[in-house]
Amino acid sequence: MVSQAHGLLWLLPALPLLGAVVNLFWGRRLGRYAGWLASATVIVAFGVALALMSQLLAKPAEDRLFVQHLFSWIEVGRFQVGADLRLDDLSMTMVLVVTGVGALIHVYAIGYMANDPRYGRFFAYMNLFVFFMLMLVLGGNYLVLYLGWEGVGLCSYLLIGFWFDVPENAEAAKKAFITTRIGDTLMLVGLALIVFRFGTLDFDAVFGTAGSVLTKDAATVIALLLFAGAIGKSAQVPLHVWLPDAMAGPTPVSALIHAATMVTAGVYLVVRSHVLFELSGVALTVVLVVGLITAIYAATCAIAQQDIKRVLAYSTISQLGFMFMAAGMRAYAVAIFFLVAHAFYKALLFLGAGSVIHGMHDDQDLRDMGGLRHAMPITFATFAIAALAQAGVPPLAGYFAKDAVLEVAQHTGRDAVYVLGSLAAFLSAFYLGRMLFLTFFGRARSDAARDAHESPPVMWVPLAILGFGVATAGWLNTTPEGRLAEFLREVTGLGPGGNGLGVLELSGIAVGLSLAALAVTWWIYGSGRVDPFAFRERLEPFPRAALHGWYVDRAYDTVLIQPAKAAAWITAYVVDARIIDGFVNAIGFSVRRLADRGRVVQTGFVRSYALVLFLGAVLILLYVGVRL
Amino acid sequence: MSGHLLTITLLLPLFGAIALLIVSRIASDRDARIVALLAALITFAVSLLVLRDFQTGEPGFQLVERASWVPSLGLSYLVGVDGISLWLVLLTTFLFPVAILASWKIETNVARYMVTMLVLETAVLGTFLALDLLLFFLFFEAILVPMYLIIGGWGSGNRVYAAIKFFLFTMAGSAFLLVGILFLYARSGTPGPATFDFTQLGSVAAGLPVQTARWLFLAFFVAFAVKVPLFPLHTWLPDAHTEAPTAGSVLLAGVLLKVGTYGLLRFNLSLFPEASRYFATFVSVLAVIGIIYGAVCALIQSDVKRLVAYSSVSHLGFVVLGIFAFTLQGATGGVLQMVNHGLATGALFLLVGMVYERTHTRELSEMGGLASVMPWLLGAFLFVVFASAGLPGLSSFVGEFLVIVGTFAVSHLFGSLAATAVILAAIYLLWSYQRVAYGPVREEHRHLPDLSGREVAVLAPVLALLLVFGVYPKLLTRSIDPSACAAVAQVQPAPAGSCADVGVPAQQVAAGAQP
Amino acid sequence: MRTPVAYYLMLSGILFMLGTVGVLTRKNALLIFMSVELQLNAVNLSLVAFSRLHNDLTGQVLAFFSMVVAAAEVVVGLAIIVAIYRRRRSVDVDDVRELRW
Repeated sequence: MVSQAHGLLWLLPALPLLGAVVNLFWGRRLGRYAGWLASATVIVAFGVALALMSQLLAKPAEDRLFVQHLFSWIEVGRFQVGADLRLDDLSMTMVLVVTGVGALIHVYAIGYMANDPRYGRFFAYMNLFVFFMLMLVLGGNYLVLYLGWEGVGLCSYLLIGFWFDVPENAEAAKKAFITTRIGDTLMLVGLALIVFRFGTLDFDAVFGTAGSVLTKDAATVIALLLFAGAIGKSAQVPLHVWLPDAMAGPTPVSALIHAATMVTAGVYLVVRSHVLFELSGVALTVVLVVGLITAIYAATCAIAQQDIKRVLAYSTISQLGFMFMAAGMRAYAVAIFFLVAHAFYKALLFLGAGSVIHGMHDDQDLRDMGGLRHAMPITFATFAIAALAQAGVPPLAGYFAKDAVLEVAQHTGRDAVYVLGSLAAFLSAFYLGRMLFLTFFGRARSDAARDAHESPPVMWVPLAILGFGVATAGWLNTTPEGRLAEFLREVTGLGPGGNGLGVLELSGIAVGLSLAALAVTWWIYGSGRVDPFAFRERLEPFPRAALHGWYVDRAYDTVLIQPAKAAAWITAYVVDARIIDGFVNAIGFSVRRLADRGRVVQTGFVRSYALVLFLGAVLILLYVGVRL
Repeated sequence: MSGHLLTITLLLPLFGAIALLIVSRIASDRDARIVALLAALITFAVSLLVLRDFQTGEPGFQLVERASWVPSLGLSYLVGVDGISLWLVLLTTFLFPVAILASWKIETNVARYMVTMLVLETAVLGTFLALDLLLFFLFFEAILVPMYLIIGGWGSGNRVYAAIKFFLFTMAGSAFLLVGILFLYARSGTPGPATFDFTQLGSVAAGLPVQTARWLFLAFFVAFAVKVPLFPLHTWLPDAHTEAPTAGSVLLAGVLLKVGTYGLLRFNLSLFPEASRYFATFVSVLAVIGIIYGAVCALIQSDVKRLVAYSSVSHLGFVVLGIFAFTLQGATGGVLQMVNHGLATGALFLLVGMVYERTHTRELSEMGGLASVMPWLLGAFLFVVFASAGLPGLSSFVGEFLVIVGTFAVSHLFGSLAATAVILAAIYLLWSYQRVAYGPVREEHRHLPDLSGREVAVLAPVLALLLVFGVYPKLLTRSIDPSACAAVAQVQPAPAGSCADVGVPAQQVAAGAQP
Repeated sequence: MRTPVAYYLMLSGILFMLGTVGVLTRKNALLIFMSVELQLNAVNLSLVAFSRLHNDLTGQVLAFFSMVVAAAEVVVGLAIIVAIYRRRRSVDVDDVRELRW
């Protein structure tokens, strides 16, 4: 691939960075305008992205690569890392998603955060996040990617804990950062290994020579370490525990970071590094298995959640699992398409949930809702579109995405994956239906629900736009080898192909499962003929276990956190204070004791001094006498 | 004038101290502070001239000044800078005015305090600049007294114990150093005059039998290991840091600890290359233990200053690990971390001091919710927390990454273990920040003032540098690199002839890949 | 007939021992001084005896030195004792114990 230098790539991340700096220092003075400024930077960035896209499309497929070398970041001997930006098909797609969906969410947040005293700060952090996310996807080498990677983690921390006077929020923020840091550190070790093997972190250099430089085992180690970072950032099992708690942050944050962009960074990383993963083989299988397990696990948890945002959190974890499944089967374009579609409908679901919460006066409990479709029609309509899309109802985007994943599984002979994946899809539709019907159908179950009202236009206009996007995005990739796949082919290579059941059979099964799930949930939650709470009671203790994520958090606490705290206590207060420092103090102490013993000689009695003098003289004389 | 730039830089603070002593009879406390600040600022300005005159890209010593002191004994006054000491000198001259400005609120014996500070500055600069071993030792010891006075005279509760412990512990180590120096001196007599000149003693040391050289290495090593501080000789540090006044902690962490790592890099590696290789694994093990041990101990501390003290043990373990990996990346990363740690941990102590001045407590359990009361102070705190945790874009990341990369070249195990400190650092830093800044506010803290103009002046330069060095570390590495390369090459001659090849595989990347 | 030197030395030794015993066992500072004088004179006696033995005047010269030093020491010592007596009304050596730990 021939790259071409482009002078304006820096503009993309620079705009939100500027917005962030301005809002950080002068946000107070800007007042209402802070939100509009922040949104403007992202909207303009989106415009720039579109312009760049047209420039990119004007080129033949093999030449679609713009690079920009900003400056030499690290230069120590032969190890050099540049601040390099890279715009190819893959990063172009990601940039459009980040800026497009990001812009809509920023506008929505103007309304959602309108009464918050730290309004300016909020938008500063949001813009900073967009900056780091763009650096992540635009990075031309692993270190710039890592800069963005850690940076979005920072912003996630700042935004989850935005309302920090509530201790749980601060705790959730810390948990998010540390859990992802575990993955990040493993990834860092992976980067160090790449330097060790290749002498550079540049993408073209690494991917171009990987075949000749790496052994299968080395590739496996590196790929798995990189994937560990992805597990953390994309909340896959076993590092998923931070995401449900992260819902403590304001809803626009959940929409932007924990649905549409940051959590998808892991998928981007795997797809970007697919050369390494394919060299290993084993690594891809691991990705597939982890994705599958996560998809099913998270779906079971989502079914039992009572907080509307937590349903969506577990749903995101599950959907990310689907993306990794696709990647694990070498269907990278499918994974990216799923990412795009998911960004749309998940963001929409979150923003809609935010609208519901807003209308419910900050009550997030599903048990208190009901019948809201009358009070909040626009929210309901867009929410329903998104829910149906994710459930896999054609011709909405989610149907094409989910179908593609299952089709690839079936066509490549992975029947177990196909069956289990379909199960996960069924569960998805189930929890979505449950959420939809509990919220918007039936009778209102609390005063908050009875007094609910629709959100202001600044909030529902983005919802509508996203709804439109959700409805039409399917056009992008109707089959695993659709338009997006074609667009991405230079970067991702061809899909796995294969043969098996035909389109009609597969669709039939998939749609049938989805509709069945929706029907069942309608009957239980929406029709009013069944008491859903009694129904839940009868199933105990499973709902409670699922509610608590099958007690994974508690397990971590007992097995890891408490012993670690105890070990730290022992290290600091026993080993260091008593043993090592004790040794030091003992030396001082024994010197004093020796001195205490020693000084007794000075009695003060003249006669004893005289005696000692005399004895000493005798000794000397004896010595001299013997010598002579 | 320019021929004596280093001496001027070195002695300016001392002259300032003398001037202050004379003037203090008639001057007020406020005047004393201003005179001291001026002296430190002028010294900083002169050091910038040194920076300007320094030729980057040259590995050897520059701006060398030589004067005979006691010719019959071979004592000479010999100073010079190279890429490694240049930035340490600048770090020193930068941090001292900051520390003096941070000490504005000291009320007791102000003049005496400022005099002690300035004398300390000369002593520290002397250790970085001296090329004559005895001169180095003189300054090395000279650091102890002013620091002892600062801790013992203006510190908090347990200050006397901490000051004495600091003094005796360090002095015990340097006793070995003195023996080592004198031994080398004694051996240098034939042929040619006996000398303490470091550049000449290298060949003397090379002529020593292997066993002797190893013992000498250990002698030098003990003294520096105490100062670093390297596990298990670190226990003086938590007490010293906790009890010292704010500026004392800033300087202790920011500058004094670097004398130890500097000594290891400058003397142990160059004088005793074979012994360095022989002991490399041993030292690396101690360094890795220190990294993890320091972080683990920091986790459980309830006193925030003690926590930062243990984090210093952890961070400096990184530096030692990088040095003893004998790769260019490791060594440069180590030197870079010396500067970064000085800035980041110095800033942490400054901020902790500011919080202490307001809340009068260092116990984490007695704080909380301060971010809503003092957003700018705690905002700066958060910035420094992330800088210390190694967020890319801020300075510590580059140093840490280089050390990890450099260590990986020789040991995957050590590199991976060192990387775990990244997780641990995030845990103890964020957890302590949370207990200080988040959650509910205590009634008595509700009306505390945010940053004053003076405090902004103290913090802003440090924070700015943390960002600048993180985004463009080349400012530092282009001068550090050649000297670090030379230092490493003495221990581990590179296979291809250029030490730049050590640590990064010879297999090079396709030409078109590097822009 | 000459007296054998040994007799003089024995006498000297006895005198010296008497003096030493006095120094070690007496409580009165003045008596200790007298004992010291006894020691010094014993030594003088042995010096003269040796001088006679070797027919060398050096011994007698040394005896002179010794006497001068003894005189000086007595002067200073008695002055100190007088000063102490003025303070404490006692010349008991056990009472002067300040130079202790």
